[in-house]
Amino acid sequence: MFKFIDGEDTQTSISFLLEDQKIEATEGMSVAAALLANGITTFRQSAVSNEGRGPFCLMGTCYECVVLIDGVHVQACMTQVRAGLSVDRIPTATTGIEE
Amino acid sequence: MSDLFDIIVIGAGPAGMSAATEASRHGASVCMLDEQQTAGGQIYRNVVHSPAARSRILGADYRAGLLMTQNTNESGVVHRTRATVWKVDKDGSVAFTVDGQAEQIRGRHVILANGAMERSVPIPGWTSPGVMTVGAAQILMKSSGIVPVGAVLVGVGPLLYLVATQLVAAGAPPKALIETQTKSDLIAAMPHFLPALKGWKQLAKGMQMIAALRWAGVPRFKGATEIEITGGASVEGVRFRAQGREKTIHTTTVFLHQGVVPNTQITRSIGLDHEYNTAQHSFAPITDDCGQSSNSVFSIAGDGAGIGGAKDAALSGKISALNALRQIGKITQSTCDGMAKPLLKRRRAELAIRPFLDAAYPPPASVLRPADDTIICRCEDVRAGDIRRYAALGCRGPNQTKAFGRSGMGPCQGRYCGLTVTEILVEETGQRHEKVGSYRIRAPLKPITLKELASLALPQETDKSK
Repeated sequence: MFKFIDGEDTQTSISFLLEDQKIEATEGMSVAAALLANGITTFRQSAVSNEGRGPFCLMGTCYECVVLIDGVHVQACMTQVRAGLSVDRIPTATTGIEE
Repeated sequence: MSDLFDIIVIGAGPAGMSAATEASRHGASVCMLDEQQTAGGQIYRNVVHSPAARSRILGADYRAGLLMTQNTNESGVVHRTRATVWKVDKDGSVAFTVDGQAEQIRGRHVILANGAMERSVPIPGWTSPGVMTVGAAQILMKSSGIVPVGAVLVGVGPLLYLVATQLVAAGAPPKALIETQTKSDLIAAMPHFLPALKGWKQLAKGMQMIAALRWAGVPRFKGATEIEITGGASVEGVRFRAQGREKTIHTTTVFLHQGVVPNTQITRSIGLDHEYNTAQHSFAPITDDCGQSSNSVFSIAGDGAGIGGAKDAALSGKISALNALRQIGKITQSTCDGMAKPLLKRRRAELAIRPFLDAAYPPPASVLRPADDTIICRCEDVRAGDIRRYAALGCRGPNQTKAFGRSGMGPCQGRYCGLTVTEILVEETGQRHEKVGSYRIRAPLKPITLKELASLALPQETDKSK
């Protein structure tokens, strides 16, 4: 579980969507940090074992936090939040592709 | 657009910033490429936009980066932010992508200041969501202003204590520190203690951090072995053995750290000579005192050439800039030598503490050579036992085990499993590290889309060199 450093949650608020869930964040945060701050730690599933995976390095090296933004695979840790962003988790063999 | 610069600097941490600023000061045209939104690297990440309260929590060493960042911003260096470098050629051409648009530029000389990454920590359960690196915890503080509640820090090294004290200062003290350092590590470090006294300021800072943790009542478990993260779909706790007793600490967030290692993806991809550093348990490109690599077009500055820390990286950046200026004929050999001499002396003082730190905070054997059922390649779910099996079948090097079982073939391109695979093959085949070698690294160095690749138009080169 994560919390804001005291006094920092008063910064400009931004909201965006993870699938159909509304995510609250503050300006300057990465998408990965915003999801973690909202209690989401599973970002994708291993393509091999289907086990859940989440951010690991947060510096653009490990690719564990890859999500879909506007249909493109991006690293959530290297992308800053923007109002109205639409973030999806990558469909897998078990979750299927929703059309 | 395709520009020719006197010097391209890759990376905007302390090494890259000082290299770029120094080169620009001597009249060279400089382009500095970096993946982040602002200059600073990992150590001074987001320092220009960090609110006052956050910077106070992160400490004076972090705030010291502000001046360096401001100097770089005012230096006339062309700083390309959000630039992901995905190809570096032997002639000094560098291809990168900014917001989905690819570009290629060329430098008469290229300074590689891409820094370090945290050593992989393959232990049971480390792939569960909620397990991150200690560096990740710090990045969340620096860039996003959030802190974990009741986290457990596991591992060894100065960064473990630094992040723990920063979390205490932020009002989110860790639930515990589980440390792999043993008494025999400390005994092994003792011969390096007297020379390390030259770095007494750093030693004193370390003592202060440990005192702050004691004052805050953060429990520390030393000499921990058999560490395992429990849970599965999400973290439930950390089980370990210390002082002869098994113990479990419940938490949902674990941060791992076993020191940092040079990021060698670029230096490997251009075929520079590397050697294995036994004290730092990692490969590093071979350079001379001035950062010159085995290819005259490339210098290497900062932690990417061997771990020395932020202050050493800044000095090393300056020296590399002088070397680059000499290589392209902007300054003479004697000017370069004269200006580098006092900087080299300061570097020696800065590095005096390193052998002590390397010996006192080593990665344990269980991390270097994990048990058979531990995942070592996170991208492709390959386990240590798989690599041992391939060795038994006759694999002698990482490129063979890669073909056998896909380790190193995922999106991280072997950054996290590379050293582990080499280490297991050293153990299994009895060859030396240099002989076993590492993955053959090829462009694209980071996954890019075909659309990005197609956006790379290559018209006539525009000469921006001075």
